[in-house]
Amino acid sequence: MGGAAVNSYSDAFAWLADPAHWAGATGIPHRLLEHLGYTGLTLLIAIAIGLPVGLYIGHTGRGREIVVPFTGALRALPTLGLVIILALGLGTGILAPLIALVILALPPIIAGAYAGLQSVDREVVDAARSVGFTGGGVLWQVEVPLALPLIVGGIRSACLQVIATWTVAAFLPLGGLGRFLYDALPNQDYAQLLAGSILVIVLALLADGLFALVQRLATPKGVAAGRTADIRTKTHSPTRKDPSWLAPEEA
Amino acid sequence: MSWLVSNWSQVSQYGLAHLWLSIPPIVLGFVLSVPLGWVANRFALTRGALLTIGGILYAIPSLPLFALLPSLIGTRILDPINVEIALTLYAVALMLRTTADGLAAVSGDVKLSATAVGFGAARRFFGVELPLAGPVLLAGLRVVSVSTVSLVTVGSVIGVNSLGYFFIDGYQRAFYTEVWVGIVGTVLIALVFDTLLVLLGRALMPWTRRGAGGRRRDALAQSRWAVLR
Amino acid sequence: MARTRRGLTAAAGALALAALVLTGCSNGNPLADDTASKKASSGSITIGSANFPESEILAYIYSDALSDAGVKTDVKANIGARDRYIAALKGGEIQLVPEYTGNLLQFFDPKATATSSDDVYAALHGAVPKGFEVLDQAPGQDADSYNVTKEFSQKYNVTSLADLKNVSVPLKVAANPEFATRPYGIPGLKSFYGVTATLQPINDGGGPNTLKALLGGDVQVADIYSTDPSIAKNHLVTLADPKNMIAAQNIVPLIASDAASTKVKATLNKVSAKLTTDELSGLLTKSYDDKQSADAIAKDWVSTNGF
Repeated sequence: MGGAAVNSYSDAFAWLADPAHWAGATGIPHRLLEHLGYTGLTLLIAIAIGLPVGLYIGHTGRGREIVVPFTGALRALPTLGLVIILALGLGTGILAPLIALVILALPPIIAGAYAGLQSVDREVVDAARSVGFTGGGVLWQVEVPLALPLIVGGIRSACLQVIATWTVAAFLPLGGLGRFLYDALPNQDYAQLLAGSILVIVLALLADGLFALVQRLATPKGVAAGRTADIRTKTHSPTRKDPSWLAPEEA
Repeated sequence: MSWLVSNWSQVSQYGLAHLWLSIPPIVLGFVLSVPLGWVANRFALTRGALLTIGGILYAIPSLPLFALLPSLIGTRILDPINVEIALTLYAVALMLRTTADGLAAVSGDVKLSATAVGFGAARRFFGVELPLAGPVLLAGLRVVSVSTVSLVTVGSVIGVNSLGYFFIDGYQRAFYTEVWVGIVGTVLIALVFDTLLVLLGRALMPWTRRGAGGRRRDALAQSRWAVLR
Repeated sequence: MARTRRGLTAAAGALALAALVLTGCSNGNPLADDTASKKASSGSITIGSANFPESEILAYIYSDALSDAGVKTDVKANIGARDRYIAALKGGEIQLVPEYTGNLLQFFDPKATATSSDDVYAALHGAVPKGFEVLDQAPGQDADSYNVTKEFSQKYNVTSLADLKNVSVPLKVAANPEFATRPYGIPGLKSFYGVTATLQPINDGGGPNTLKALLGGDVQVADIYSTDPSIAKNHLVTLADPKNMIAAQNIVPLIASDAASTKVKATLNKVSAKLTTDELSGLLTKSYDDKQSADAIAKDWVSTNGF
């Protein structure tokens, strides 16, 4: 079996270099586009649902007791099981995995929004209020810009998980890069398996890099929110209660 | 429900297997990430490198990693260690960032005062930095724990059976009950681990029990408590 | 002072826990199967199964019959598709697996041409690698079968695979992913019958989603195992195979020769003698319709059939 590995890597690159694998509906570009499509759709829906929820509980501090444990429970749902139970009910279309993957993407996004708003110094919010900003203004013109790096961080974390998990969902007859994995597995086609994995990794890294860039750009000039190097020098005013399970997105 | 009763031995067999499969990656993930996080934090060069490697590790899709490990490292096909190694890699990748940031968040003043009082580097690390970073680490560990318990199910696609077996079998026979049992079982195991971690955290870090649950960001207040104790 | 001690204790505790867990995992872990090869020599047999319910039921039947005869057994269910569990067999991780004569022959000898039960079985003896053997084959068969809906069959006048050539609509076949390369799959349709079809990979072994795709019109043809009760239930038409693209698929135990003691061989041959196609259909009905678990079905069958 050890010898197979050495052959597999060169085979994988040969597989990637083969022009036949780049053509047509089962070719690499088409699968890539499908995968990006699934990911984009999932993120859009998850953001549409998760961001308002996270911003609401972060800004008003209400509903925390319900939403926080709820998102914790969402994280615990095994995505493979969720996809299967939905597929049994909804058939083999895209709806079942889409719902399951939106559920997967929600916790990091909600947590990112919540943690972001949490990290905003209370004094800044008070200052904004004293200058005359009302609720909505405080949220959109003060809190969100300061919280943006963490909010984007939450979406970034969700994106990575979603890209990786759409490959697992290819258990169903879907498109996307997962096809290269599931079609290769029963045939012990290690070349295709490796090649498919390389493609997924590259895609995930590119997306992650893109988000890192966006995160950097989203930090308003002169603001340290989300930059851990500055946590030491930040002023420490009493913050609102935060559930400790949010840490990874905060980073 | 009656299905659960009549098939309890099978459910508990796979449930126990699931439990056993979940523990080593969580523990090892934590244990390995602490020194790595310390290294990442200590030297400016290694921080970027380690975090990038962590990012790459996390991006590797689980299924191919499970399937390819036998050919990469010469383990046998059915050996659960393939799943364990992959899950540990993911746990380390997830924990690394949290550990690095948690250790970085410890106030420099506190570290200086520890040195001033006479703590050596090791004593300062285990006695001051690690406990202060504790709540952040615990939070990260809880997320790692939940995601590990969930990922164990994917092992069933390659023959390392856990509660994930019920997903595959239930899918082929259109047997909803089975799949639900698998889902609920996984969530229960995740819940048990989470509760254990919270209790462990409270036992090891009694100062966090005071006041707001996890005033993690208020490092100065924490350090005040720490020094007084 | 107290805190330093606590910090050190915590760290020490974590390391101790890790050490404990690791030793526990390598010794008492119910999953540690590095003992599988040792078991073989001590007379205990590990039985593997493929990733579909019928294989699992058969594995448990072998297991129950053998343990009733006094042989220690262990079952590793749901290993994967053929390539995977044969690799496990060759690696000594399992010693016995229920197999299907035709597909197994084509797996070991891709150039094989035998198609009838007896021809296939005879050829199989020669094709099985050294160190392994097949025991008596059962009269019962379960083959891949191409099925269409009654409406499709009537509309396009299709009752055999040869008729598919004349169908005007593009043909999509729902089957497991391995169908893309199997000689009785998509390539076989082309070479035996001149039929061009595309594969819609559905990973449920001819199960509910494959059925749904066929009944819903997403695909025109579906690969459903011949003993599956859903064929009769849904009035599907199984297409005839005049050129014998799909070889005979009698159930047969594939076993490592080391593990094939006289007692084991005798017991398994007795089991095989009783496995007719009707018996197999009955087993599957209990699984798919009554939703009984594989080992419960096996236990029932073994005790009913006097083992």
